[in-house]
Amino acid sequence: MRFATETAVVFAREVRPQLRNPIGLVFGMAQPVVFLVLFGSLLSGLAWGGGDTAWQWFVPGTLIMMGLSGTISAGYMLMTEMSGGSLDRMLVTPISRSAMLVGRTGKEALLLLAQSALIIVVVLPFGFELHLVGAVVAMLLLAVIGIGLGAFSCALAVLARKQESLFYVVQQTLLFPLLMLSGVLLPLGTAPSWMRAVSRVNPLTYVVEAERDLFAGHLSGTAVLHGVASAVGFAVVGVLVGARAMRRASD
Amino acid sequence: MIRTRGLTRRFKVKRRVVDAVRGLDLDVAKGELVAFLGPNGAGKSTSLGMLTTLLPPTSGEARIAGHDIRSDAAAVRRRIGYVGQGNGAGPYFRVRDELVTQGRCHGFTPAESRRRADDLLATMELEDLADRPAGTLSGGQRRRLDIALGLVHRPELLFLDEPSSGLDPQNRANLWEHVLRLRDQLGTTVFLTTHYLEEADTKAERVVVIDHGRIIADDTAERLKANLAGDQLTVVTDNAARAARIADRIPLAREVVVDGDAVRLRVPDGSAVLPVLLRALDAATVDVRTAEVRRPTLDDVFLALTGRSLRESAA
Repeated sequence: MRFATETAVVFAREVRPQLRNPIGLVFGMAQPVVFLVLFGSLLSGLAWGGGDTAWQWFVPGTLIMMGLSGTISAGYMLMTEMSGGSLDRMLVTPISRSAMLVGRTGKEALLLLAQSALIIVVVLPFGFELHLVGAVVAMLLLAVIGIGLGAFSCALAVLARKQESLFYVVQQTLLFPLLMLSGVLLPLGTAPSWMRAVSRVNPLTYVVEAERDLFAGHLSGTAVLHGVASAVGFAVVGVLVGARAMRRASD
Repeated sequence: MIRTRGLTRRFKVKRRVVDAVRGLDLDVAKGELVAFLGPNGAGKSTSLGMLTTLLPPTSGEARIAGHDIRSDAAAVRRRIGYVGQGNGAGPYFRVRDELVTQGRCHGFTPAESRRRADDLLATMELEDLADRPAGTLSGGQRRRLDIALGLVHRPELLFLDEPSSGLDPQNRANLWEHVLRLRDQLGTTVFLTTHYLEEADTKAERVVVIDHGRIIADDTAERLKANLAGDQLTVVTDNAARAARIADRIPLAREVVVDGDAVRLRVPDGSAVLPVLLRALDAATVDVRTAEVRRPTLDDVFLALTGRSLRESAA
């Protein structure tokens, strides 16, 4: 109970500046929408196999991509608070370190939910087929993976606290391989076998596949099961690693 | 209120081992106002980090208000306020929001947190800035906000790490006014680090001097100056060499140096010694042009203790 209250306190602190500046929030959320509309329209013009429309295939991928790039800000914000001194101030209160982490990543999850809702509304007129229950479950799955990604980003920020450039180097180095090897941007079906093998150990691959199934309205099936298991596992490990890192944040 | 025994912190920097704090033994009683004085890198902030539970000690122990900093960190955190060297408030957060959050972090209800935030906004003269993001405040305003954040839960013990660093004299005086008034009202024990000599000299009731991670002196500023430094006499004469020989014969005279026409020496109770020196010089037909007694500063104390000037070390 105390943990829930403390998480809520940190979460409220993180969310408040966003709510106080709705214009900044809208502009921040508009970026992936613009990307999706432009790139998706390009793809729609191409011959697209498999029976699905480009939108049906591409929207879930974009949401994961948004999750990957968006949650960088969790680590970035933590880093500015570490070097600025406001993190130390909070670390000298009785609030638990895990609550400080989960509250922060919770904000990322909320932003992802809001962004994905916005994206779905925007692509509807372009011919995106909405399966409501599947879409809601897909969004929740996205929030779970967002918590995991945000937690890892925070852990990385703590590890890189003595040398901030390291944070960006690692983040950027990981971002593209993760995107390519999860089938977010382009399908892996035609990829060389070594790439497909690597993608099988990338937890994001399963989440992307589950997202696609869910947005297509297929709620049952092994892909969804694997995706949920991957996302939850990823989030749990992320939060454990991140909470451990938070305890060392003032070292 | 504070009790440490053998408190030690060791860092590894690029495979080199650095002993930042070596065996700190310190006792601070309730209600004291103690300044931790030393050059940059002496171990002040590292000591404070350990006492505020931010840094785990390598060895040794410390108790704050009876609670062990390692095994009972949460109890320590409830009882102390900490104002670090940086900015306590995040730059994108509004002033009032941060104060309310701080109250919530200490476990107060939303209503109580808001009430305390408004009280502190009033006492720290931040009311007009309550809805501004903290990053838009001036240096002096941000420092007042930092102090306010450290006081939300009315702690028994307040740690201030270089509280007036980077502030102009007016803002520094204003800050001290707030700190001292709150101390009068709440009876808070205050422990601060500083490398401003005047600050330690005029504000603290007790000065603990630290260098290379060790406490090298611990007393009131008055006694430190009287016992360790003494007054400095300077006489400018027409015969410095002769004047120096005469000065050397003054009982308890130390550090007699010739500097051009001037001769300097250190003695306890300089005002009483100066007439004696002048009579001796007169008797030896040395013509004295000017004579001066300078009261010692804490820099003289540090110089006497370490052979280095604190001003140089701090630079």
